[in-house]
Amino acid sequence: MSEQKAIAFQTSPAMAPAEEICLEVDNLSLAYGEVQALTNICLDIAKRSVTAFIGPSGCGKSSLLRCFNRLNDLIDDAKIKGEIRLGGKSIYAPDAEVSELRRRVGMVFQQPNPFPKSIADNVAYGLKLHGALPQSEIDDRIEESLRRAALWDEVRDRLGESALELSGGQQQRLVIARAIAVEPDVLLLDEPASALDPISTLRIEELIQQLKARYTVVIVTHNMQQAARVSDYTAFLYLGELIEYGVTQAMFTNPQDQRTEDYITGRYG
Amino acid sequence: MNRHISEQFDAELEQVRLLMMEMGGLVTRQVEASVQAFVSHDSAGAAEVLGNEQEVNRLELVIDDQCVRTIALRQPAARDLRFLVSIMKAGTDLERAGDETARIAKLTDKVSSLSLAADDYTDLRRMGALVSSMLRESLDAFARMSTGVAHEVIAADAEVDSLYSQVESALSDHALCQPIEIERAFPAVWVARSLERIGDHAKNIGEHLIYLIDGTDVRHSSPPSA
Repeated sequence: MSEQKAIAFQTSPAMAPAEEICLEVDNLSLAYGEVQALTNICLDIAKRSVTAFIGPSGCGKSSLLRCFNRLNDLIDDAKIKGEIRLGGKSIYAPDAEVSELRRRVGMVFQQPNPFPKSIADNVAYGLKLHGALPQSEIDDRIEESLRRAALWDEVRDRLGESALELSGGQQQRLVIARAIAVEPDVLLLDEPASALDPISTLRIEELIQQLKARYTVVIVTHNMQQAARVSDYTAFLYLGELIEYGVTQAMFTNPQDQRTEDYITGRYG
Repeated sequence: MNRHISEQFDAELEQVRLLMMEMGGLVTRQVEASVQAFVSHDSAGAAEVLGNEQEVNRLELVIDDQCVRTIALRQPAARDLRFLVSIMKAGTDLERAGDETARIAKLTDKVSSLSLAADDYTDLRRMGALVSSMLRESLDAFARMSTGVAHEVIAADAEVDSLYSQVESALSDHALCQPIEIERAFPAVWVARSLERIGDHAKNIGEHLIYLIDGTDVRHSSPPSA
């Protein structure tokens, strides 16, 4: 077991070895050309929990998130070493199917990005992409996904209207509904609330708490109070290295590493 | 501690620390003055202690207000959060220690009309000296951020407790043998009780400091074996 994993277990009675692990990151390094973005990252992400990645700009937190659904594959000079296992199976194995991986590992970005289609079509988009389903089942999945994304009550009477007419906060919840419609295991949220107003932000945070009952949520955020509020575990990255990983409550009241302490108390840089 | 990106934030933390030191210094003087007033039947001295009590209370309110404001505006985390929580708790302990000094001062009038020999209060003087020293040390520990001194304060509380038992049983025995002495003995028992509580508050302040520095909560844990 790596040193980083040991920190998490030490500070995490809830994350004992018996806890079910969803994602395992094993000695992962990532470089964009000559630029080393991540160095020897080792961490386990517990199933049906919220794990937050925090750290200053350029620390590698978004790069790490993008490794989980192989978004870095789209960057020509990205080189990855090490391994990530989802449910025990390597996602970088030669026989791993990327489209199936991206169904199982959904992603939501900073800017809400609904398609220029109706609300219903946005949610149904992934379902149609991943296989033919009867319309009645698609309708059920649309309603169920919108309910889980805490948006149903606001849009139930206008499912045929353009998604672009929704507010920013509603659009972000619609994107989450679209992501969960295909029944993923993991939801990756990259600064999901940073473009939203405070009330919409609180709705998203509330939603994240509900989502973890069904999904493993990994969130990147610059807002440390948000990480403290919504996550069960927090990982602090700095200059591409995992500095500290543990139970969120312990990280924000009594971090073990001076660099974590300096960052979360504003004594960084 | 490294400097905060916001110098104003560091200034706010320093301000509450200084307020706590000011309050602690005042309470320590109150302990000494109240015991002195009691053992020397000095009504004027007791009245002065009671008058200063308002200032102790005021400082507690100012510290609480400043800490709550900083928590609300800065959302501190880690050591900064522990610092503010510890200062607020220490402020509460100091205020309660201040209440005990007021109790001692009020008891002064109950004995001042009685004829007493000064050496009757040797143990009370010892207790008073010990707890005021504990308070001073606990503040010194805060000033120097020293867990070593804090542990010494915590250890010293056992001595206060044992001294209290000694004083209580001696005065009770004395009162039982000479019932006419009850009126004189019992205020002294109450003073000893107040001093014992002040010792507890000094110990608490030491524990808050350990929480601040190490992040470990040592309250309600058994004392380290010698």
